[in-house]
Amino acid sequence: MLTLPRTIAAMSATAPALQAGPLSDPEIQAIRRDFPILASSVNGHPLVYLDSGATSQKPTGVLDTEREFYERRNSAVHRGAHTLAALATEEFEDARGAVARFIGAGDDEVVWTSNATEALNLVAYAMGNATLGRGGEASARFRLGAGDEIVVTEMEHHANLLPWQELAARTGATLRYIPIADDGTLRMDVAAETINSRTRVLAFTHVSNVLGVINPVADLVALGHAVGALVVLDACQSAPHLGLDVAALDVDFAAFSGHKMLGPTGVGVLYGKRELLNALPPFLVGGSMITTVTMETAEYLPAPQRFEAGTQRVAQAIGLAAAIHYLDVVGLARIAEHEASLGAMLVEGLSLIPGIRVLGPGIGQPRVGLASFDVAGVHSHDVGQFLDDRGIAVRVGHHCAQPLHRRFGVTSTTRASAYLYTTRDEVAEFLDGVVAATEFFGVNS
Amino acid sequence: MEMLYQQVILDLSRKPHGFGLQDGAAAESHQVNPTCGDEITLQVHLEPGTDRISAVRWEGHGCAISQASASLFADLAPGLTREDLGSRIELFRTAMRSKGTIEPDEDLLGDAVALGGVSKYSARVKCAMLAWVAGEDALAQAPA
Ligand SMILES: Cc1ncc(COP(=O)(O)O)c(C=O)c1O
Repeated sequence: MLTLPRTIAAMSATAPALQAGPLSDPEIQAIRRDFPILASSVNGHPLVYLDSGATSQKPTGVLDTEREFYERRNSAVHRGAHTLAALATEEFEDARGAVARFIGAGDDEVVWTSNATEALNLVAYAMGNATLGRGGEASARFRLGAGDEIVVTEMEHHANLLPWQELAARTGATLRYIPIADDGTLRMDVAAETINSRTRVLAFTHVSNVLGVINPVADLVALGHAVGALVVLDACQSAPHLGLDVAALDVDFAAFSGHKMLGPTGVGVLYGKRELLNALPPFLVGGSMITTVTMETAEYLPAPQRFEAGTQRVAQAIGLAAAIHYLDVVGLARIAEHEASLGAMLVEGLSLIPGIRVLGPGIGQPRVGLASFDVAGVHSHDVGQFLDDRGIAVRVGHHCAQPLHRRFGVTSTTRASAYLYTTRDEVAEFLDGVVAATEFFGVNS
Repeated sequence: MEMLYQQVILDLSRKPHGFGLQDGAAAESHQVNPTCGDEITLQVHLEPGTDRISAVRWEGHGCAISQASASLFADLAPGLTREDLGSRIELFRTAMRSKGTIEPDEDLLGDAVALGGVSKYSARVKCAMLAWVAGEDALAQAPA
């Protein structure tokens, strides 16, 4: 049983205000009380956590769910008939159902993985296996070879670039990409030509983890499907912040990680359309994913079990369901609105500081609650170190997107990323810190 | 902050010493810090016919600490034998890995002691070590 997180539960009972519009300050304070880590100090300062794009913090409801499972029902799922095994299996499958409802999918279209990286590799490796002839006639549509093309974008996280690079290298297919315009949007004029009759896979991110730009999924899906390509969506930065509706978007596959959406590490999700998942040969093989095994051959279960070899991440899966419950109680639409206002505050504030260049959409353009920037003459590590001294946690480096950084002529940036628990005061403190950093490192001297 | 970023480090990161590669190096090493993408190409030049270092030259980009560290290495090396420089690199590494428990020895490391504060910041030790690792690698490659 999932329990309502305590302070959010109190809010919704006493204040029927948890309904519409951006989150109010009292609501954000109530939310913050659900995240024990946000009360901690770093280097003698209250923690200002602006690295949720890398991983989010976890509310007590998620932590309690995991602990309770280990204390009372821990056992292996889909392997055994004792009472605890049955309870654990039921809870594990209920968690799958919760994820399915969250993204508008069928229960059997949700595959558990370790994270988004594994989910994307699963699709790429399974297609590689199809190319080698595994999966019989059903998998013919996944076979790749010379003359076939895989299209990605220049803004991909390495997790949605390297699996396709490798798949192209293994199969003889060609990898192509849609370039980024100066304002951080995709060059859709080029996309219309890059995506053509040779395109077999179109893989792109919904929201850039560096630029904060929201890509036109519907337009890209239309281009991909018009030429019969499989469309793979990296939803790592959208599912936690904007929500995800795979049915409405009509993508063929989508991947995201639990740890970026208030859930535990070690659990991620691959969504795939039912008929595609059932036609795709497995990637990892072993226990719990077969019907009949002989010394020579094996027959595999239908999806999702055919992709869930080995003992499963049960506590993490039900922890993720608790996280989704939390997001549902607050409401993704309101979270998105809150974060959009923080994203605007970030880009406006940073743009006023001399020597700073924000990558991606400019002031007034749509962006999620994150901003990455370059400080002229100062390395991101030094900026991050300076902020850390004030208890402000940001991400520095290339954020696993080297080609994107190269495109903008930098090797690294500093990134501040917000979530539902981030306050305007924290963003203001961060902006003050950046000003002080530019003075300390003598940007204008 | 001021313990980590001493004035000499801030100054050197803006006005580096030994910057720019030159022909005639005995050996050269390219090193990358994969976590941040910082890079350096560093040359060791020897006095002809000896095993004494005449100059260290380098090019690269990175944070203030890695850049200042390369300059401090270039200041330290000239006049030392290969063996001497090798043992000072080892000393510097020991101080950097000491989590703030070993003060670098000024007699042997010169102005590079300004980097002593880095050893308390485990995430930044690699930045300070980058040029020194390149130097070590170049020394190992240089023909005897
Ligand atoms: C856009 C995007 N894609 C993929 C990933 C990979 O996620 P994970 O490391 O959880 O597999 C991340 C996060 O690091 C991301 O931001």
